[in-house]
Amino acid sequence: MATQTTDIRGERQQERRAFAASLIQQQGVLIALLVVLGFGLLRYGENFRSSFNIWEMLRNNSYYGLIALGMTFVIITGGIDLSVGAVVALTSVAAARFSVHGVFLAAAGAVALGLAVGLVNGGLIARFKIQPFIVTLAMLLACRGAALNLAHNANVSVDFASGYIDIGQKNLGRVPVPVVITIVAYLLASIVLNFTRFGRHTLAIGGNEEAARLAGLPVARTIVSVYALSGALAGLSGAILAGLAFTGSPNYGIGWELTAIAAVVVGGTILSGGRGSVWTTLVGVLLLGLIFNELNFERGKGIFELTQYWEEVIRGAFLLVVVIVQSRLARRGPRAGRV
Amino acid sequence: MVDLGHGDAATAPAQAPRLTLPGWLRDASQTQRALSALILLSLYNAFFTTNFLTWATLRVNLTQVATIVIVGVGMTLVIATGGIDLSVGALAAIAGMIAPKIFMSDRALLDSPWVAVPLAIVVPVLVAGGFGVFNGTLVTAFRIQPIIATLVLFLGGRGIAKALSNGNLVAFHNPSFDYIGTGRPLGIPVQVILMAVIVVVASWAMRRTTFGRYILATGGNEAAARLAGVPVDRTKVAVYTISGLLAGLAGLIVISLNTSADPNSIGVNMELDAIAAAAVGGTVLTGGRATVVGTLIGACIIHQIRYTLISHGVADGTTRIVVAITIILAVLLQRRGD
Repeated sequence: MATQTTDIRGERQQERRAFAASLIQQQGVLIALLVVLGFGLLRYGENFRSSFNIWEMLRNNSYYGLIALGMTFVIITGGIDLSVGAVVALTSVAAARFSVHGVFLAAAGAVALGLAVGLVNGGLIARFKIQPFIVTLAMLLACRGAALNLAHNANVSVDFASGYIDIGQKNLGRVPVPVVITIVAYLLASIVLNFTRFGRHTLAIGGNEEAARLAGLPVARTIVSVYALSGALAGLSGAILAGLAFTGSPNYGIGWELTAIAAVVVGGTILSGGRGSVWTTLVGVLLLGLIFNELNFERGKGIFELTQYWEEVIRGAFLLVVVIVQSRLARRGPRAGRV
Repeated sequence: MVDLGHGDAATAPAQAPRLTLPGWLRDASQTQRALSALILLSLYNAFFTTNFLTWATLRVNLTQVATIVIVGVGMTLVIATGGIDLSVGALAAIAGMIAPKIFMSDRALLDSPWVAVPLAIVVPVLVAGGFGVFNGTLVTAFRIQPIIATLVLFLGGRGIAKALSNGNLVAFHNPSFDYIGTGRPLGIPVQVILMAVIVVVASWAMRRTTFGRYILATGGNEAAARLAGVPVDRTKVAVYTISGLLAGLAGLIVISLNTSADPNSIGVNMELDAIAAAAVGGTVLTGGRATVVGTLIGACIIHQIRYTLISHGVADGTTRIVVAITIILAVLLQRRGD
């Protein structure tokens, strides 16, 4: 990209080069995604390339995508939300229970429930100044408990007559509905983070909460909103999952909060807050999903034995490599732009 | 917030005359509220729960809480430096899967139980400790945030444990190894003795040794501690190593209690239980202030609430909600106490 700028005035050329350089540094994860994708195309060929595989992979990563999106906002403010996996379980059960009332009402109910959980999280964090880690850890326990109660300790099947499963199973043209929902959510979130007052406040609070407070920004309100957003997106994720799997279960989403954090971190959003982008999170989710997909193909080839347990090890090792590279880049990279 | 282990009693302004408590209790006075809550809870149970005041009930409850306390002690040290260790459950699983491999091995060298059983105890614990060194190295040499650094083994560690047995449960019968989980010298279960020893040693180390002061200084203000010559990095590696060693020990207790090793269930949610115990006990999650005895009390409170509700026939789901509310209330009350 940078080489095409030679015929333009020097000033602008320099500008663009700097832009390209920062793009490479920031978009390392995008490059990694392209490399992994290219590897898959070359090695696994026809079946990997098939539209069935691609769309199904995207469908089955949409619910991770949604919780990772909410987690991105929370992490940008310097917080953490450990409750999202349990919220997915709770709202999947709720959606399954409400599914007789049709897809819109049931999904709206699940989102509202997730939103309510998020409001409680945010309220306790902002109003009572309890650490996000503890509040959302307790909420994790509470939501699992509530899910068990609501489900009477069993899985809850969705109502098939009401067409609820459309939210997970149907396609719009060739694109699965969950993928459409996820893309719309990321588009909206990107606009909100980059072009609205709420988005600027979110970034400012993560950069320096005390300064934001002194500058008169509505810190408490923004923090509550961020956790509410995370809860609502986890609710949406639960609603989709219930539709995809035909059932709601109190055992869904165990450990998903940590998978979501891993996706956000792989995308390059730093845990100390103040910086971050929703698109790099999406790339992080896709990268983790794609690696899983390719491991399945590798197993199908049967060249060397690769039990599914090693996939977990590889997932951990992948996170390790990414964070080590990031820590090296962060130390070598220009410190400009850092507050 | 650098509180070099004297507790609130020593630093609080002398508004009211205070009893001078012996050292180990002064440590607990940081968590006086937790202690009174535990006593109230026990009193309630003494009156309203049948068979609560029996040696058998106490023994069962202590046996069940022992692993959480043992892991919680390591977690408390890590949290005191301002860190967190999410990998303990996975490390317990790894240790629990290695042990049967050793004492069930048919190699000639390991034929004698006098060789196999000690090795089956020492090697898994050391391996878990080795992973603790790995965590500590990521946190110090690579400057990776503790929550992410230990997330690596949280995600990958259980996979390693599963791969060790192809995901299968390994049942075994080995009386000398089972002693860790089922032995009762003088009527006291072995893991309760282990728990007591670990709590006493760690509590003493936090208050009386240079190492304990280094830990609190590191968590209180890392930059200041570094300038003051505290070996911050070495201290951090040490606490993650201790946390790993203790997690390994907890894994061995779990498998010997079950006389089987299941990589899917050993230590699941252990990290969350241990963090909750530390928080309820009065350890501050941002570091710099920690109480090992408090973690013991915190674990006992959470466990006794569960026990009380379950023995009164309350549903499992509701029990979890009550535990969650307890954690929030405990942290809120401590906040008001400051």
